[in-house]
Amino acid sequence: MAADFRRGRLTPLGWAALVIGAALMLAPLTWAVLLSLKDNAALVGHSEAALHGPYTLDNYVAIFGNSLTTRWLLNSTIVALGQTAGVLILASLAGYGFARLDFPFRRTLFVIVLIGLAVPSQAVILPQHELFAWLHLHNSYPGLILPGLIAPFGVFFMTTYMRGIPRELDEAAMLDGASRWTTFWKVILPLTVPAQSTLAVFTFLGAWNDYWWPLISATRSDMYTLTVGLAAAQMNYAQTSGLGYLMAQAVFASIPIFIVYIIFQKQIVRAMAGTAV
Amino acid sequence: MTSARDWRGLLFVAPFLLLYSVILIFPLLRGVWLSFNQVDLFGDGHFVGLGNYARLLNDPIFGTSLINTFEVTLMIVPALTIIALGLAMALNRGSRNAAIFRGIFFSSAVLSVTIVTLIWRFVLAPDAGLLGELWKAFGWQPLPFLSDENLVLPALAITTIWWSVGFPMLLFLAGLQQIPGDMYEAAALDNASRWTTFSRITLPSLRRTVVLVVMLQTAAQLQLFGQSQLLTAGGPSGASRTAVLFLFETAFGRWELGYASAAAELLFLIILAVTITQYWATGRATAAQGGR
Repeated sequence: MAADFRRGRLTPLGWAALVIGAALMLAPLTWAVLLSLKDNAALVGHSEAALHGPYTLDNYVAIFGNSLTTRWLLNSTIVALGQTAGVLILASLAGYGFARLDFPFRRTLFVIVLIGLAVPSQAVILPQHELFAWLHLHNSYPGLILPGLIAPFGVFFMTTYMRGIPRELDEAAMLDGASRWTTFWKVILPLTVPAQSTLAVFTFLGAWNDYWWPLISATRSDMYTLTVGLAAAQMNYAQTSGLGYLMAQAVFASIPIFIVYIIFQKQIVRAMAGTAV
Repeated sequence: MTSARDWRGLLFVAPFLLLYSVILIFPLLRGVWLSFNQVDLFGDGHFVGLGNYARLLNDPIFGTSLINTFEVTLMIVPALTIIALGLAMALNRGSRNAAIFRGIFFSSAVLSVTIVTLIWRFVLAPDAGLLGELWKAFGWQPLPFLSDENLVLPALAITTIWWSVGFPMLLFLAGLQQIPGDMYEAAALDNASRWTTFSRITLPSLRRTVVLVVMLQTAAQLQLFGQSQLLTAGGPSGASRTAVLFLFETAFGRWELGYASAAAELLFLIILAVTITQYWATGRATAAQGGR
């Protein structure tokens, strides 16, 4: 790779800074894992006990005995998958419409979608809360999923991607007698798989880690997602089962997302390359 | 030959636009309306014009929360940008070691705010935290990061930098990949120093990425919420209450919906103004330089 040549070799000082930086990144994570492997009683007043054995998996066993944590895992999975599927479907349809079809007010509508990019979630959270209360959707899966489907970025992203696909493909298909829908479904959609996977990873990450909306919408502990459940556990820490168990919950909750990250690393890096250019 | 200018095109965009109107556009307008009304949990409230805004401007708690928000944003954004750029330049190489380091520095970015604060609570807490234990090992008194008014915002800033460094680093790495190698070859032929190469080639070529990172991060940190709510609940005595935490407490703690809406609108305007100013200022700087 040309990169080595470009930047010259990293000086020993540079390497030292990198190693120290990496240690600062890893130390909190390691500390959390060590704490999670300790008996709760051993940590009371002596968290430094985490630095040496004996270690135990009891806290992790206890998580599987606690129906709530596994329920939160299930909720997070349903919400994140639901939002990902929904965003892909809505953004692909709208992207095709905006990229390929001409209909009244097309430009105006597209600009209205772009305005959504600038709206921070805190600016609409109150009326959204009110709306979902009217619809009796709080503490339900549709209630948790629906606000996440409003992804103007997804529409913008799919529109841009589909504009890059040569129009001749559509025209050839239509000459063969294919309908608009068939052209979209059989010709264009298969070509957008790279864009779909990128959008899917980011939607999933965002949905899985969202704290703001489920905090407000899910008030019953059996409808919490993992983020809200862990927040509640953190707030009640003094009354609950202890530091080791709390940290085991944190580690347990981060495993699925680390797995997703490792599998989809390439999509994340490629998406960044697209954004930076 | 394909004259598709008809209503059928609308069918493709309708599902999104329908949800978008109901869940985003309607609440956006409704929020503006609410901000002109005094609304609480019971009843529809009544119109108070700019009353909520006037009250906000005279509310010392809101004022402090805004100042805290600006302070923590100023602590985070420049540091984060410089660290991310440094990491990207150091790790922009093809070796296996560089890939491992990239993975380490990105790893925290995939975690949720609740996991991050859960971990950092027990890094920062003086009695059970990693730093406390470290300080004790050196025979020092542990610092009360989360209960000292002067330490709490830097503590939130450090937590946030640890959490957020990954994405800007990836953006800078992507930007570095775009710089043509022959520019560096030419510089090497001229025996340009590392600093000259950086300031004349790397930094100007990355200008767009720097602007992007600073704008995205500023907008994100002006909305800092979870770290403050979860680590300190805004304390001690409001020293770490951010604007969004103020909004959250006003709305979902005291149910003063009109007043909270006014705070939300004001914050929205501030974020827009800051973003537009940054964009405008970089545009002018570019014009002055006669740059690309």
